[in-house]
Formats: sequence, C-alpha cells, structure tokens
Amino acid sequence: MKPRMRPRTNPGASLPTSPASPGSSPGAAVPAALPAPAGTAPAVRRSRTAPWVFAGPAAALFLVFFAYPLAASFVQSLQTTDGGVTRWAGAEQYTRMLDDPSFLRSLANVALILVVQVPVMIGLALALAYVLNQSWLRWRATLRTAYFLPAVTTLVAYAVVFRVLLKTDGGAVNQILGTQVDWLNDPFWARVALIASITWRWAGYNAIILLAGLQAVGREQYEAAAIDGAGALTTFLRVILPQLRPVVLFCSITSTIGTLQLFDEPLVLTGGGPADATLTPILYLYQVGFRQFDFGYAAAIAWVVVALVGGLSYLQFRYLGRERP
Amino acid sequence: MKRALVWLAAVAGAAVSVIPFYWMVVAATHDDGELFASPPPFLPGGELMSNLVALESTIHFSRVMATSLWTAVVYTALSALVSAMCGYGLAKYRFRGRGLLLGTVLATMMIPFQVLLVPLFQMMASVGWVDSYQAIIVPFLANSFGIFLMRQAFLDFPDELLESGRLDGAGDLRIFYGIVLPCVRPQLGALVIFTFMAQWNAFIWPLLMLNSEERFTVPVALNHLIGLSHVDYAGLMLGAFLATLPLTLVFLLFQRQFVSGLLGGALKG
Repeated sequence: MKPRMRPRTNPGASLPTSPASPGSSPGAAVPAALPAPAGTAPAVRRSRTAPWVFAGPAAALFLVFFAYPLAASFVQSLQTTDGGVTRWAGAEQYTRMLDDPSFLRSLANVALILVVQVPVMIGLALALAYVLNQSWLRWRATLRTAYFLPAVTTLVAYAVVFRVLLKTDGGAVNQILGTQVDWLNDPFWARVALIASITWRWAGYNAIILLAGLQAVGREQYEAAAIDGAGALTTFLRVILPQLRPVVLFCSITSTIGTLQLFDEPLVLTGGGPADATLTPILYLYQVGFRQFDFGYAAAIAWVVVALVGGLSYLQFRYLGRERP
Repeated sequence: MKRALVWLAAVAGAAVSVIPFYWMVVAATHDDGELFASPPPFLPGGELMSNLVALESTIHFSRVMATSLWTAVVYTALSALVSAMCGYGLAKYRFRGRGLLLGTVLATMMIPFQVLLVPLFQMMASVGWVDSYQAIIVPFLANSFGIFLMRQAFLDFPDELLESGRLDGAGDLRIFYGIVLPCVRPQLGALVIFTFMAQWNAFIWPLLMLNSEERFTVPVALNHLIGLSHVDYAGLMLGAFLATLPLTLVFLLFQRQFVSGLLGGALKG
C-alpha cells in the first residue's frame, strides 16, 4: 500500500526538468559544478550515467517482469484459444463472466466480506486501539504484543491451524462448544469460518496502525474536550475520530485490496467450496488459468480485479479521504 | 468497575489472539489419536520427537525450511539492494525517464500483481525456469514498496553531506555505500524485515512455480501436506509451528523494528 507522501520543501522534486533537449550534443553530461538552475537543489546532480547505475537494475526488472507481462496480460484478455489456435476475441472474455455463475459467486463472496467483515474488523480495531491507548490499562505492552502476534504468522500456516481447529469430528472448536457444526463443508458456516479466520489474522494489525495514529493525538485535546463537558464517547467520535480519518482510510483501503486479492486462506481452508461458497476471484483465476489452462479468461478476470481495486480505492479516497465536511 | 470490565474484555480478546499459537504447540506434541480425543488435550504432550521424525520422512521438512530460509535471505539481500539503489537514484538525481520510473513504481504498488500471473508463468515456461529457485527469486526483485520507502528516507538525507563527499573526491557509488547507506539503517532494517517476511510467506507464485517436492518452500509444503490422502494432522501442526517460529522470534526480539517494517512507514509524517 502506498505510504502517504509528505509535502516536500525540496524544490523541483516534482518538476521533471529536461536537462538535455534532443538536439544537444549527446554524451555531454552537465557538470555538477555548473550553477544549479533556480528551483533545483544544489547537490542534486545532473549526470547521464550515474542515475542509471542506481535506478537501472530496478528499471530493467520492471520492464521485463512488470511492463511486458502487464501488456501481455491485457492483450491475452482480448484473445481466446481453441484447440491451440489463438484468435482475437474482443470483449468476449469479459462478457463471458456475466453468464458464469462461479465468477459471479466469487464476486458476491468478496462483496459479502467487504460489507460485513471489513467494517466490523475496522470497528473492532478502533475499539482495540482506543483501549490499548489507555494509560490505566494493566499489562498494556503485553496485550499489544498479543494482539499483534497473529499478524506475524504465515498465511498458509494459520489457515492450516484453523482448518484443523475447525475439523468437524474431534476438532477443538466443536469439542469445546459441544457442537457438531460442519464448519468447512456447510456453505454458511464455511463463510463464517473464513471471515472469522481473516478477522483473527488482521484485526490486531489494523489496531496497531490505528494505535499509532491515536498516539499522535495530543493529550490536551482530550482535556479540552473534557473541559467543554464532553463524555468519553462524544470526545472520541467528535474530536479524535476526525483526526484519525487518514489512518482509518489507510486501513480501509488496504483491507479492501486484501479482500479482493484473497487467495491463501480460501485455498487452504476450503478450496473455495462447498459449492463455491468461499470462492474468491483470485482463487477462481487460479483455477481457470492453471487448472483449466484458459489463459485468456484468467487474464480477463485479473483485469476485472484490477478495475475493482482501482474503483473501490478511488471511491474510498473520495468519500472517506475528503477533509472535514 | 467499568475499567475492570474493559480490561477483562481486552485480556479475553488477547487470549483469543494467542490461543491458536498455544494450541499449535499442544497439537504438535501429541499424536493424531490424542489430538482429536474427547476432551481435547490442553497441555503439551510427549510426541514432539516422533512427530518430527514423521514429518521429516513425509516431506523432508528440514530441507523445506532450509530452502525457504536461503531463498528468502538471497531474495531479501538482492531486493533490498535494488530497492535502496533505485530509491536513491529517484531521490537525489534528475534524469530523463525519472518521472516515468516513479510513475511505474506507484503503478506497481496499486496494480494487483495477480494480473501478471499468466504472462509471467508463460515467460518462465519459455525460458525453462519453471520448477527452479531463480523463478521464485528474480521476477519480483524490484519491489516498488521498498523503492518508495527508501526514496522517502533518502529525500530526508541532507544534500550538504553528499556535496562534502563529492568535494572529497568520492565517486557516486562510494558516496552511496560509504556515506548515505549507513545513515538510513533504521529504514533499511524495516525494509529487510518487511521483505523477508513477504518472501517467507509468499504462496501463490511459489505454488505455481515449484513442482518437485525437493524444491518446496514452507507454505507450498504445508499446502501439499494438507492435500495428501492421509493427512497427518499432528505433523501438519508441527510444520505450521515451525513455519511460524522464525518470524515470531524475530518479532518478539525486535518488536519496534518489526512493527515499523510491517507498517512500512505507512504512518510516517
């Protein structure tokens, strides 16, 4: 996720000046000792080779392993392959999705998680952050560590643990609750299990981010609100929360993106089943592309996910990110 | 009174966070029969060694751990170097194509990498890299997040120091390694932790690339174990425990750096 850019006082940082016009003699690097033009930091060097020594390896890697496959993937999404013959398909792969119950199911599944799990988790994380920020809380440091611990676990490892905990026969959860719930094989409970697992993994992580945001709020603001006669809840909602808006936005966008890219957990926990109840778009992409080897369709699904990530991030930025109304 | 209730709730929630870890230890030290007995075991048992032996014979788990470790170390070292250098170039030089490169860095951060899976897979197949270690190391070496993080760090670096290095006759690379890099150690540490963790946890790409058991990384091996016709649950839990152990230890020892690495400067500024 993109860290916020700070406004810089470094002049010229955002102005890509063109040091050499195409007509100027090639190879004549502007000497660093030359008086810097206005608006350029003095030590920032204008050299032809030196910057590419530093940026070159990354640029080459991006070209080969990002720009090319990105373009190839888009072209692929407009093609179809029948019996080894690839032909132009236009928007066919995209319209195909509209009649594909599995794909639509996968979208509905992540929509459910976006509507239910993300807000609940962020609310939970906010409450947690607030409590963990209280100076009277005993064992505060230990509790913070405990809440953050799940964020350190390998996704596949924790999914494996939950799968065993939730085993129908003899699984610890069923034994302790005294139930016989078929957690991973019943459509409803499989979704519950998936949502509970993700929440376990990420709530503490988001709480720690929000806590860092809370700690930036000065003590005097609480005191001022208290003098004005505001209760703890009013203070939090009216004074503290508005200042946390950028951090909440960060959590909400990263969680949205994470949800749209969900793969490890559903694959390991349920394999996307039962009856596609926990299928996600990326898991479906994986099945279509690498089980059925329908590359064109897989590429088209990927681009729909790209569009969703972009669109939802933009909407959240627009509606959560604006300054005070 | 109210505080006591809030505190109790906080402790209960923390217990929920930690119990799966504890249970992993419990499960890894019992055999399958004890594991699913009624009532389930609540204390660690005595089957750790036999589970280890079983896990070793099923999938050679020590080799799996070693593979994960060395590929993650190599990846982290190379990727941190590439990222730091690129971040430095973007922060301290003006050059043609700089805007385009910065735009690419931002784009890769926002575009889900899964969109690259199919073409990357075909690229790997065409150069014969499928089922090779370089396939899980090379393609994602340029880490846009790391580049951005390092660029931010270098932007804060005072130009006067670079200038004085130049007056002393030091070349560009010499300045970078001798003067600049030692000054951004905290950010570099955060980047290393973040990168290592990402590679240690990487799943979908290694799953696509690694076919033969002797090259499996930890997540791929765990996924393989759970798909076997006869699942050894205790062994599986031991594997999950071993997979989690290194990062958990690093986290407990270097909590501050770890958290800043994971949050990745999200809150910087």
